Amino acid sequence: MKTMFKFFAGLFAVSMIMTSCNNGASNTKSNTGALSSSAAEKVYVAPGEHDEFYAFVSGGFSGQLAVYGLPSGRLFKVIPVFSQDAEKAWGYNEETKPMLETSHGFVPWDDAHHPDISQTAGEIDGRWVFINGNNTPRIAKIDLTTFETTEIIEVPNSAGNHSSSFVTENTEYVVAGTRFSVPVPQRDMPIKDYKGNFKGALSFISVNPEDGRMDLKFQVMMPGFNYDLSHPGRGKSHGWFFFTTYNSEEASTLLEVNASQNDKDFIAAINWKKIEEYVNNGGGTMMPANYAHNVYDEHTHTATSTMKKEVRVVNPAEVPGAVYLLPTPKSPHGCDVDPSGEYIVGNGKLSANLTVHSFTKMLDAIENEKFDGDAYGIPILKFEDVLAGTVEQPGLGPLHTEFDGKGNAYTTFFISSEVVKWKLDTWEVIDRKPTYYSVGHLMIPGGNSQKPFGKYVLAMNKITKDRYLPTGPEVTQSAQLYDITGEKMELLLDFPTVGEPHYAAGCPADLIKPRSKKIFKLEENKHKYAALSEADTKVVRDGKEVHVYMTMIRSHFAPDNIEGIKVGDKVYFHITNLEQDYDVPHGVSMIGANTSELLIMPGQTETFVWEPKQVGVWPFYCTDFCSALHQEMQGYVRVSPRNSNIELSWSLGED
Amino acid sequence: MKTNIKLLFSAFLALLIMSCNNKNTQQEAPAKQTATEEVDKTKGQAFVKDDESKPNVLQIAIGSKDHSTLVAAVQAADLENALVNAGPLMVFAPTNDAFAALPEGTVDNLLKPENKAKLAFILKHHVTPGNYSKDFLKKFKKLGQASNENVTVEVKGDDVYVGGAKIIASVPAGNGIVHVVDKVIIPE
Repeated sequence: MKTMFKFFAGLFAVSMIMTSCNNGASNTKSNTGALSSSAAEKVYVAPGEHDEFYAFVSGGFSGQLAVYGLPSGRLFKVIPVFSQDAEKAWGYNEETKPMLETSHGFVPWDDAHHPDISQTAGEIDGRWVFINGNNTPRIAKIDLTTFETTEIIEVPNSAGNHSSSFVTENTEYVVAGTRFSVPVPQRDMPIKDYKGNFKGALSFISVNPEDGRMDLKFQVMMPGFNYDLSHPGRGKSHGWFFFTTYNSEEASTLLEVNASQNDKDFIAAINWKKIEEYVNNGGGTMMPANYAHNVYDEHTHTATSTMKKEVRVVNPAEVPGAVYLLPTPKSPHGCDVDPSGEYIVGNGKLSANLTVHSFTKMLDAIENEKFDGDAYGIPILKFEDVLAGTVEQPGLGPLHTEFDGKGNAYTTFFISSEVVKWKLDTWEVIDRKPTYYSVGHLMIPGGNSQKPFGKYVLAMNKITKDRYLPTGPEVTQSAQLYDITGEKMELLLDFPTVGEPHYAAGCPADLIKPRSKKIFKLEENKHKYAALSEADTKVVRDGKEVHVYMTMIRSHFAPDNIEGIKVGDKVYFHITNLEQDYDVPHGVSMIGANTSELLIMPGQTETFVWEPKQVGVWPFYCTDFCSALHQEMQGYVRVSPRNSNIELSWSLGED
Repeated sequence: MKTNIKLLFSAFLALLIMSCNNKNTQQEAPAKQTATEEVDKTKGQAFVKDDESKPNVLQIAIGSKDHSTLVAAVQAADLENALVNAGPLMVFAPTNDAFAALPEGTVDNLLKPENKAKLAFILKHHVTPGNYSKDFLKKFKKLGQASNENVTVEVKGDDVYVGGAKIIASVPAGNGIVHVVDKVIIPE
């Protein structure tokens, strides 16, 4: 209370010092005053109308990817990616359990950070969105016709998969850089021997242009720095990839002190085309590895997990001219490339300035060999020779930058909680707007491509404190939408998010909407245990294992009476939704099943396991309100003692 | 106490309204808008009502009678919201005496609206992203400040000097730590 008193006293003092009043000043301006604002109109999407943009907002520690509409901020779906989701049976049903397999076994959670939408010719094509799992390094691919995760590849020799998952201009590669350097290969060694012995792997995962299938093509084994963020070159710099680094000191303890000793760390510039050519000609070394590659097949509705046993690694010293280091002040975090591909922005998170490098100057410095020593054989370019300009003192704690395609850049500042708009080429600050509070990433739809749609910027905040109705110590994080069509930004909306809205990717809805699937076709269902009609339903015993081939349609299960199950059996319910009608999923759950429900889309087959432990007659029912007769959609399973001789039988509608 | 707060708050509102009216009558032409203006003194983390959490570095400064000059300066430079950030932030807080020791007129001059950027720069020179005790600071040779400049760290006996200013007290805060110092640290 005393603090509060002083606080108000402080406010009182401020008011005396203040010579201006924002409300008074802004009323004279056209549309920025609170009462005359058209913000509400700008974000209002009438009932039944569609949003103009999709926004795919990562859930950070939720491990998932949320789909929102912009400008309304309405949430449409949370796509399970790295975390089990009982609502959708992701990681619970037999079909998707393999998706979460890793070299460490089944890992039911991860930290999902940077979604990036696939591109063709430098423009967003809306086919897939990729996202990285940080903790147990993985890259996932989400198919934007089904909005489901269809592939997850583990990244070996990596730890803290943070400078990921950004795609090159034609989605040739999705790139994953390690944040933590580690012994490669992993081995038992003293931590203090880190320096010179740990390596930082930058992984180039090729993407098949037809079906999007991922394959870890090669890893560049870099010095043991921390690789923080990355972006591909585009346009003129297509063929290069840029990674910010910190801890070029190679410290293994108390990094908050020890990784800040050098005034400058580096942006690593990788000529991946050159390395690709080297690899295509047999360059690099195959090393033993062990990493999972999990693929979900849309026709079998089933995932398979395969352990891969080797990976091709490239020592940058073997490929002269492929890797350079650009000195960049103070532990740079964000690493962003403008739509033209000329400017590479490195935001030193402990710096008050923004450093912008020039791709043209970099090429010139390389050609004229203006080197300033080397690190482990990798040439270091001279800071002054690659520097395009500096944005001086725009705010505190710069993190990330996106571009509007009109010559402006927008940078977030964590400590001063603001988005700052500045001009490329002149480096002058044009506008600044507060965020509420402590912003991390920001997103302009198409901002990661040659063609941004510079209408909105979405700022994602880590802290909200008093912004919404409180919910105890844990309160929501948020996203804030600004109109950026004018000279000044205008805050339109702020809305709560799922988990930590770490980063987002956005694109015009029209790119994706027409291709969104409505149903899975039954005739294309190749699930091993599918029953494609009620005539195909059956129950099969194989020792203690029982397989139930079941169907569901409005408003019954077939069969819905099963007898002959015994205590100690392991019963697989393989259930096919026979509906071929849009938006008629069915759910199913069994009393006492030690797993989640299933939520089965039309034409799809899913499986849950039930191990009955008690004699009795046990009901199951539909968990999704499917129809007018939803409450009638139920069934019974009779469970008899182990030594019972009751024959296996099943039926529907027979008394 | 509660009544006092309400009273003060009403006074604050009244003043705000008065200043609005003044603004409207005084100014014919719209003020030149630069990117550094437009700070809304009612929004931001500094204005979150919270008497439950451990006081942050700003609240500690506001609560100290020896730091009224610093607080006035922070407010004049619109740095309140930055100082309540999650940080962590280490603030070297010169006392009123330290400010008074500056050449006559320096503080008054810095508090003028036209010197806001300069004032902000000097204040940011007193802030480190980090949270280290006085003892732990002995491990450092220098610190990188929010001003984008470095300050030296020197150890003389038991004393620790940062940018030439001696740490005379330390107060842990909810979002970092306040080290009270005996001099204003002037950027080089």
